[in-house]
Amino acid sequence: MHISSVLEEDHYIITINGDVDASSSIHLDEAMNEAIHGGHSKILIDCSALNYISSAGLGVFMSYLEELKAKNIHMVLFGLNEKVENVFKVLGLDQLLNIQPSKDQAKQEFHG
Amino acid sequence: MSPKSTVRLTTFTAVLAWIALTVVDLFLGFELKNNVNTGVPNFLSGTFLTVYIVALFYFYKQKVENADSINFIDLLWRVFVTGLVATIVSVFIQFFLSFIAGTKLGEHELMQSFLYHINLGLILAFVISTYMVWKKLILYQKTKSLIRTWQVFEYSFLVSLLFYFLPYQFFDIPFTVVFAFLVSLGLIVSLNLKWVAYLNFKQKWKSILLVLLVILYLTYFLVYIIRNSGNGILISDLINHVSVLAVFAFILFYAIASLLVTLFNLPTTSVFEQKLEEVVNFQRLSQSSQTGQNQDEIFELLLDSSMSATFARAAWFEPINQTETVKIIRKNIPNNKIQEVKDTFNNQRLKKTVLPAFRNIRGGGDSTLIENISDSAYKSILVYPLEVQNEKIGTMVLLKEVSDGFNKDGINIVNTFGNQAAVSIENYRLLQSAIENERYQEELNIAKRVHESLLPSILESNDHFDISAFSGAADEVGGDYFDFHRISEDKLVLVIGDVSGKGTSAAFNMSQMKGVFHSLAQLDLSPAEFLGRANDALSRCLERTSFITLSYYVVDTALKSLEFSRAGHCPSIFYKQSQGEVQLIKSKGLGLGIIRDQEYCKYIETNNLNYTSGDLLVLYTDGITEAKNPANEEFGYDRLQQVVQNNVEKSAKELQDIIIDTLYEFTQTKHIEDDYTTMILKFK
Repeated sequence: MHISSVLEEDHYIITINGDVDASSSIHLDEAMNEAIHGGHSKILIDCSALNYISSAGLGVFMSYLEELKAKNIHMVLFGLNEKVENVFKVLGLDQLLNIQPSKDQAKQEFHG
Repeated sequence: MSPKSTVRLTTFTAVLAWIALTVVDLFLGFELKNNVNTGVPNFLSGTFLTVYIVALFYFYKQKVENADSINFIDLLWRVFVTGLVATIVSVFIQFFLSFIAGTKLGEHELMQSFLYHINLGLILAFVISTYMVWKKLILYQKTKSLIRTWQVFEYSFLVSLLFYFLPYQFFDIPFTVVFAFLVSLGLIVSLNLKWVAYLNFKQKWKSILLVLLVILYLTYFLVYIIRNSGNGILISDLINHVSVLAVFAFILFYAIASLLVTLFNLPTTSVFEQKLEEVVNFQRLSQSSQTGQNQDEIFELLLDSSMSATFARAAWFEPINQTETVKIIRKNIPNNKIQEVKDTFNNQRLKKTVLPAFRNIRGGGDSTLIENISDSAYKSILVYPLEVQNEKIGTMVLLKEVSDGFNKDGINIVNTFGNQAAVSIENYRLLQSAIENERYQEELNIAKRVHESLLPSILESNDHFDISAFSGAADEVGGDYFDFHRISEDKLVLVIGDVSGKGTSAAFNMSQMKGVFHSLAQLDLSPAEFLGRANDALSRCLERTSFITLSYYVVDTALKSLEFSRAGHCPSIFYKQSQGEVQLIKSKGLGLGIIRDQEYCKYIETNNLNYTSGDLLVLYTDGITEAKNPANEEFGYDRLQQVVQNNVEKSAKELQDIIIDTLYEFTQTKHIEDDYTTMILKFK
């Protein structure tokens, strides 16, 4: 798995590449932590190259829910493939996370 | 033939042959003296002499070759004692002869001949026993070519015994040729004196003494033989016996060679002993981890070995991680002196702008140093960094009172010891961790048994339904959970769940889930109510990133209904016989522990279904749907539904077996990477 973070204007974009399993979820956690404590209020998670996410990876997203809410940080996930999106849906995380099909639509969320 | 009977037979033969030889020679001597013919053929003398020699040959071959001890001094002692006995007897005879000299008996030729034969017997016994011992010494550290050369020599000697029957005498040309041939062979094999090197200083002195005495005996016997030669009445003249003469020359030469080599080896013995001690120390170091010695003992051994190898006066070993049990190991040096030497050394090196060698930092790259130091007591120092797997674990310091005390050889030997110590320490650590692992494995096995007991072993099928369940864990313990609880005659609660993650932490959370289930299930709550309370309870104990997915079913056999809620668990498969097809029961839901307050209940709903006979409910965990084949494809919902659809007529247990078999076939292994569980209900 490979994770990269870039700042596009005021959008902090985290791109996840490959599989997020128990061991690589630590890197996802680090990236999330950095984004949230970096004072960014608009976080985009690019999941278009995310192939598989394990329960540990889902746990990372879940663990930041409260903090995002408390700090009023807006986070949007986009580009999830059908299989990955289904994993979010089955668990019910789609009700708590903003999931959009594309980057443009994701950015729209910040301006809407 | 057994060694014992060989010895007996050869002794008997030798004694008989000697008696026969003496009698025949006395007869022949009597003939010669008195010019009469007794009818005793001449060749008998030679025959008995040959038989005597051959018997002695095999007697000593047996004796020496089968000796238990290969101790060289013991062997030399044996030769010395044989020689001593022979010499004493011989001297006694001489004394006796001179005592009776002048008397008629003393002048009698036959008396002289008889005494000569006693001497002859003894000399031959001594010569041949010495030959055998020399053989053993020469063939120590033997090679194939050496054995072959020796065999040529020995067979030549045995064959040459027949030469005695030919009418050639001392220094006839054929005699000289055969003699020269045998002696040159003897000289060639005599060059093998390796055994000398294996003697220590004391043993060398002993062997010099013993060999010197052996040479003395040999000289005495040689003189005796020469003095008595040419006396026709004695008949058997050894000077004319080429084999005996050649062997005599051989053993004398080898004795002299041994003496000289031992003498010249004396000054270098201490070096050889030193090297031997190094080898022994090396061996001790290499075996130290097997003999269960701890690191401290290995350090100590390294220090002792290095000190004795370099003749260092004082030394210490300073481990980097010092604890209560691991401390500086000192030899001949007090603690305050260590600090003094360290300071002197570091100051000296700082002037040279080189990093101090005593830096207590991890990481390799330091090499062994030798230097002179300007200390009050010590003038040269050797600093060796001990590294295990490229990690410095300590520093060994050796000190000498003279400057330039350590040389390249010293460094080499210290490095060798150090490397071996490092290997031993590594082995020791590996052994320790292996023991530790063994213990963890045992703990895990216990955990596995406890874990297995957490899942119900018997599921009650009854008149209303047929039930079956199966659970497999990726590791010893897993996070999948299924259970049931009977609330009343008609009401049964079924639950299936999956704790996030796997292994031990998942198993702990799974056991929490079991506790929560059994305390809440008996309250006869609605599924949504149950999940709300379970979320509340679990929120207090799950770690931040953990959650549990669950499906909760209340089966009412009186109403033939199912009431259920889904907490983020994968949707169950339901087969309605009347409709003839399987479907996923999709409903709203959220995993337990994702929202840890009362908000949670908003995301949960309770659903209802009615069932009729022949309907099927298949509960499972994502270990099944997410199992991958070698092509990295997931088993998926579609395949699972298809398997159920194709086997709706089967019993719960049969369907379960088919699902598991299909799964194994798909993944092509029985080792699924996640925990996987299925629980199947077939309504009657």
